[in-house]
Amino acid sequence: MGCSREVIVGFNEMHAEAVAGVVDRVVNRYRRDPTCMLQILREVQEACDWIPPEAIDHLQATLGVPRTKIEGVAGFYSFIYTEPRGKYRVLFSDNITDRMQGNRALMERLCNSLWVERGKVSEDGLVSVGKTACTGLCDQGPGMLVNNYAIAGLSEQRIDEIAELIRNKVPMAEWPPAFFKIQDNIRRADILLNADFKPGEALLAARARAPSDGLNASNMRSWREGLPSGIGGPAATLDEIKRAGLRGRGGAGFTTGLKWEACRNAQLKPGHQRIVVCNADEGEPGTFKDRVLLSRCPDLVFEGMTVAAYAVGATRGFVYLRGEYRYLLDHLNAVLANRRRENLLGKDICGLPGADFDIEIHVGAGAYVCGEESALIESLEGKRGTPRNRPPFPVTNGYLDQPTIVNNVETFAAAALIALNGGEWYAAIGTKHSAGTKILSVSGDCERPGIYEYPFGVSIRQVLEDCGATDTQAVQVSGPSGICVAEDEFDRIIGFEDIPTAGAFTVFNKTRDMFEVARNYVHFFQHESCGFCTPCRVGTSLLKNLMDKLHYGSGSPYDFAEIEKLNNLLQSMSHCGLGHTACNPVLDTIAKFRPAYDKRMMQQDFTPAFNLDRALSAARQMTGRDDAAAHLENEHGGQS
Amino acid sequence: MSHTFTLDGKVIPFTEGQTIIQAASAAGVFIPHLCYHPEFKAHGSCKLCTVKVNGRHTASCTMRAAPGMVVESETEEINAERRALTQMLFVEGNHFCPSCEKSGNCQLQATAYHLGMMSPHYDHFFPNRAVDASHPEVLLDFNRCILCSLCVRASRDVDGKNVFGLSGRGIKTHLIVNAKSGQLADTDFSLADKAAQVCPVGVILKKRRGFAVPIGERKYDQAPISQTADTTEGR
Repeated sequence: MGCSREVIVGFNEMHAEAVAGVVDRVVNRYRRDPTCMLQILREVQEACDWIPPEAIDHLQATLGVPRTKIEGVAGFYSFIYTEPRGKYRVLFSDNITDRMQGNRALMERLCNSLWVERGKVSEDGLVSVGKTACTGLCDQGPGMLVNNYAIAGLSEQRIDEIAELIRNKVPMAEWPPAFFKIQDNIRRADILLNADFKPGEALLAARARAPSDGLNASNMRSWREGLPSGIGGPAATLDEIKRAGLRGRGGAGFTTGLKWEACRNAQLKPGHQRIVVCNADEGEPGTFKDRVLLSRCPDLVFEGMTVAAYAVGATRGFVYLRGEYRYLLDHLNAVLANRRRENLLGKDICGLPGADFDIEIHVGAGAYVCGEESALIESLEGKRGTPRNRPPFPVTNGYLDQPTIVNNVETFAAAALIALNGGEWYAAIGTKHSAGTKILSVSGDCERPGIYEYPFGVSIRQVLEDCGATDTQAVQVSGPSGICVAEDEFDRIIGFEDIPTAGAFTVFNKTRDMFEVARNYVHFFQHESCGFCTPCRVGTSLLKNLMDKLHYGSGSPYDFAEIEKLNNLLQSMSHCGLGHTACNPVLDTIAKFRPAYDKRMMQQDFTPAFNLDRALSAARQMTGRDDAAAHLENEHGGQS
Repeated sequence: MSHTFTLDGKVIPFTEGQTIIQAASAAGVFIPHLCYHPEFKAHGSCKLCTVKVNGRHTASCTMRAAPGMVVESETEEINAERRALTQMLFVEGNHFCPSCEKSGNCQLQATAYHLGMMSPHYDHFFPNRAVDASHPEVLLDFNRCILCSLCVRASRDVDGKNVFGLSGRGIKTHLIVNAKSGQLADTDFSLADKAAQVCPVGVILKKRRGFAVPIGERKYDQAPISQTADTTEGR
């Protein structure tokens, strides 16, 4: 570290007083509230380019929080840096679709052009180039983040332009706005994306459902005290949600009406309030429909949250926006401000006395696990995003121990339409077991990647036809934690009764190597494991090592048996869904694309993963040699 | 009226609010564990204490006992899974029992014996972890840390000091101390702290006291962990 730190002075070193000034400004903006720790760290970093030790000194003093806690939080999130990472921090999205679109070569090109080693900071401290998990730009990839701002549709030319801007130290605010243009790519719209919706409509419709007698009084009591059931608009709204048969759109498919009712019925301790949280931490690789919902129809989502608040009696709301979507923040805040002006948020909403609700946006910082609702709540509280022990569940003991509902962006959008048009209208769309529509994020090998909204019940084949996919080998539905569907299953349908999904729909044609797809996903889970429980923390690393071993040609039937055993262990012993599903991509592809694995099983008997020639690659890199004499004879004949 | 559940067919009484492991240990039944300690709030991270409740896997340190529960613990299946977890902990860190001062007093080692672990099975990770010898009285050997967070909880909840914390994520999760320098000497840690007493493995060691009790005569040399746990834990 020592000498590079010296050189970095100038780009990254700020005077301690300047750092303290930044910290003061940010901390005051967050009311000196330690539960906003992640937001504070994120904003300090936006000003300082990293979290210097002096910032932690000052945070410790102003927030009265021990250093261990601050460093613990900072160290958890991929996008928070406690070591200098350059004035320009470039992260290439490394989802399988980015790989298919050639992100590796582009990254190489940028590294060569800027004279920087992958994963490291340039010697002058100007720039770092690394990779990150899926940035949700799969339909317009390859994508990257520069200082957490998204750039899509990378090409060699764009990479050269970016290198030039960085070399000339052009501030990001002066980069061509066209670089940051993100397309919505809506290819098929249905009730949600076609909604002709005026802000406030759904709330007024929900209010109109209240029995006419004692309208205000009953609503006021219900909102504030969350009376169990039976009176007023809130109960009527809840009934509509139940009648609609709405189920969560984040993947798990829990019945929304039941969740809301449990929150509404939860006992409130003195001084507590009910909380509505919108999960916009769309981290599942291949999913980007919440990005489009939030950029195209934020009012629908916010109104859905307000309807939820009305139904459960909540007074505080949060949107947890994934760090990769930082670029949406200012726009979303402007929409919220407008809703406050229109009296659709704030006090006495729509003129209803006691109807108080407001929404604030928290931005994540690169942690997939925070999409798990209890980890998300921990993160909202300014902590490490570790999933909680359950029970108790968030509906009774959520944000700061208060009754909390956490729903997906799309669920809230649907709830707003249900409040507007009624449960029966909604239930009539889709199938018997899956009401409504589902937005799919289609990417991979197809002519028209983008957003497709279908009524539930659409077949995989139909989607493939619509998006112009030919010669399709497989579709990964709902991302790595979902299922991999092979050709003979293309008549299966999207729906809770067959293939449930959070929205990802990644297409692979017959030229793709399904083993490498699975290996990419396994690397993803290993990177995103929170590290709390032993089986997932160590097991995902062991699984990654096994897949790499197969990749390098040292695999044998023994390793297959090991993968099987690891899968069972992760399923039974892991703390949360991440560990439970981490083996899915491997199991699915072994079952359905066995030849891709057989090709890798180059050994009949157990062979160690260690390969001396590969181990010498670091030495080759250091000495700049790659000639034949710098290699050992490759014993296993595998690729290195 | 007190309630009961069954654990491997044995009837176990419990009081309202007790977890499965609390009720079991009160009844003298041992369930393997590492991050659980009777004096602290359960953490539920090591997963060694996993049992099957009505057929479903769950950590017995965080699951509250309920009347009529059917709990399985000492089955071949569950013990095989616990053994695999123990092996994972061994390969994740750098554990060299023969030269470790904690050998014979170490819960990880004793649990491995209890579960019949004969080899580490998995490839070692051999992580690069520094030793912190800055403190005049205590040595921190992070090579042996199993991330149970007992020292974190003890320092925070009993000593009121927050000397220890966890940072990093995933396989890079690691123990940190409360000092800008990252050195224990620059914290207010003291040998009298509760946090100095709770490490189940050999991370927090008293300096200038080596092998005072010969190997072979130590705690778990005299009786297996299944007979000694919960009464003298961490001492």
